[in-house]
Amino acid sequence: MTYWNERTECMDREAVCQLQLEGLQATLNRVYKNVRHYRKLFREIDFMPEDFTSLDMLKNLPFLTRRDLSRNYPYDMFAVPLREVVRLHTTSFNFEEPVVIGFTGNDMANWAELTARNLAGVGVTRDDVVQIALTFGTMSGPFGIQLGAELIGSSVIPMSAGKYKEQVKVMRDFKTSVLVSTPTVALGLIQAMEDLGVDPNSLTLKCGLFGAEPWGEKMRSEIEAGFFITATDTYGLTEVFGPGVAWECPAKKGLHIAEDHFIAEIIDPETLEVLPPGREGELVITTIGKEAFPLIRFRTGDLTRIDFEPCECGRTHCRISRIFKRCDDVLVVRGTSVVPDQIGRILSQAGGFEPSFQLVVDRAEDKDRLMVVIEATDKFFFDEMKKQRRLVENLHRQVSEFLGWEVDVRLVEPGTFETGEKVVDNREFD
Amino acid sequence: MLRLINVNCYYGLVRVLKNVSLHVAEGEIVTLIGANGAGKTTILRAISGLHPVRSGNIYFENRDVTGWPAERLVETGIGHVPEGRQIFRPMSVHDNLELGGHLVYKHYGRKRLKSEISEVFDMFPVLHQRRNQYAGTLSGGEQQMLAIAMALMAGPRMLLLDEPSMGLAPMIARDIFSRIAGFQQERKLTVLLIEQNARAALAISHRGYVMETGRILVEEEAGALLSNPEVKRAYLGRERREIWE
Repeated sequence: MTYWNERTECMDREAVCQLQLEGLQATLNRVYKNVRHYRKLFREIDFMPEDFTSLDMLKNLPFLTRRDLSRNYPYDMFAVPLREVVRLHTTSFNFEEPVVIGFTGNDMANWAELTARNLAGVGVTRDDVVQIALTFGTMSGPFGIQLGAELIGSSVIPMSAGKYKEQVKVMRDFKTSVLVSTPTVALGLIQAMEDLGVDPNSLTLKCGLFGAEPWGEKMRSEIEAGFFITATDTYGLTEVFGPGVAWECPAKKGLHIAEDHFIAEIIDPETLEVLPPGREGELVITTIGKEAFPLIRFRTGDLTRIDFEPCECGRTHCRISRIFKRCDDVLVVRGTSVVPDQIGRILSQAGGFEPSFQLVVDRAEDKDRLMVVIEATDKFFFDEMKKQRRLVENLHRQVSEFLGWEVDVRLVEPGTFETGEKVVDNREFD
Repeated sequence: MLRLINVNCYYGLVRVLKNVSLHVAEGEIVTLIGANGAGKTTILRAISGLHPVRSGNIYFENRDVTGWPAERLVETGIGHVPEGRQIFRPMSVHDNLELGGHLVYKHYGRKRLKSEISEVFDMFPVLHQRRNQYAGTLSGGEQQMLAIAMALMAGPRMLLLDEPSMGLAPMIARDIFSRIAGFQQERKLTVLLIEQNARAALAISHRGYVMETGRILVEEEAGALLSNPEVKRAYLGRERREIWE
């Protein structure tokens, strides 16, 4: 078992608590001083950060939602002046006002450390060649992996997603040993290998990190069998660094959260009560080491369970179970978060009125497909069929353009939707 | 090795330490930085029992030492070198060292005290040269060395240093710092350091804390602290209300 930083990854519970208390006190002092949003929030509940004495008091503090973050667009959540910020990212959430996340030089160094722990934990060394098949864009995912891999000293190939045939060629010729991508891209690559007649035995791959969208054990075994590798899950949100927040060790028994940087809580998304370990609920993250963009009790929307038992890999940091579901209407498809309200807004812009609709995701041929099902009210009936077709085509184009990949748009009879659900997820994660 | 949890201290009605928590692991050098009046010295005084702790706990080697009298803490292994070179000026260097080693004399006798003194002289040869001189006639750097040597005489496992470079020429200050790093390694000491000269102090430290008006704002590795904007601000003692200029 290899550790990147054994001292912190295996520190005892008492030391973790001391570190968390110190970090949280310092963070609260800092946000109260520097961020207007928190100052206002804390004053409303009559809380002074200097009176914070125990980690148990965290549950009395207010939550932070993505709406809060986007309301403070662009820079109002930053706790440092903009000149200290060396990197800006935005989230995959498509609100009208996105969320802007800043990183200071130290944040970048901490982030590199966190992803290096992840990579080293699954066996990546300086001798490896890491192929990053994630889109390099405003989202932070691939950059974090790059930082970590470079800190370890391995060679990084920033491949971006797509262009499967070129990727396979690079993978074979550059002697890639570690693949980092979304599970969908991994399956696409396996398909491309079959098409090109590339034998997985001719590759030098030894392991893969996959994340950014939900994937089950069945998919894991498909990927492992297709590449002859061990595949592990990694979890992160752009709001909280990105990858490196939580990751699976080779024991594959849950994802370790870096407790020296984050405090994790599980809450009931309805009552907002903190749930004991073992119960499933929404993951809430508090950062204790971030300089530019500290978060106090940030609601991730992801459903999981927490486990404080030490893992067989020797790490003492708590583990969360793999994440397949969300507690809000947001769908995570192909590494993108799809918000129904946003789709509704596009439909109404494109069509002139907001129809009643449902988002349906299913998995066919190893690919997630999103279907926008629209109730055909009389507004969709024209004297010419051509006009109706043009309208549907227009909707299809607008939504696909917005998301960056192809979606299906289909009209159905009114009254087809039995429930008021806006999203239907037919994918199976076992 | 040393842990502070939610320590509060007052000067009269004024609350100068506001729920301060920090820790120093064995063998570490940790630096506290902050503007004047942030409460750095008060933390050291609270640890060594010179200032009453209103609430909170101080643990030394997993024992709760909150409220212990200063002399008992010295016996437990906490040495404190106060600010401003507090030596006995009208006494000779040798006598100063003997005073620093009064515990050694009490517990182990004169022989042991002598060998301890010669050990300290090995560490600071300058003091040996000047052993019969009045302490007040030493130069600033030598006085600081004497102050540190006095604290070392009691055989501490943890050393609290309050501004060792205060009022010293930069070159002498650098010498003091390299000596601190040297004997820390040699004697396997754990050091909690307060310093105005943040750059020099962080260069020999493992970690650091930034304080402002009785609160801790940042805890980080020493290297990262140097590039932290909060450090520059707290260290310059100037609060910039306007974040976006």
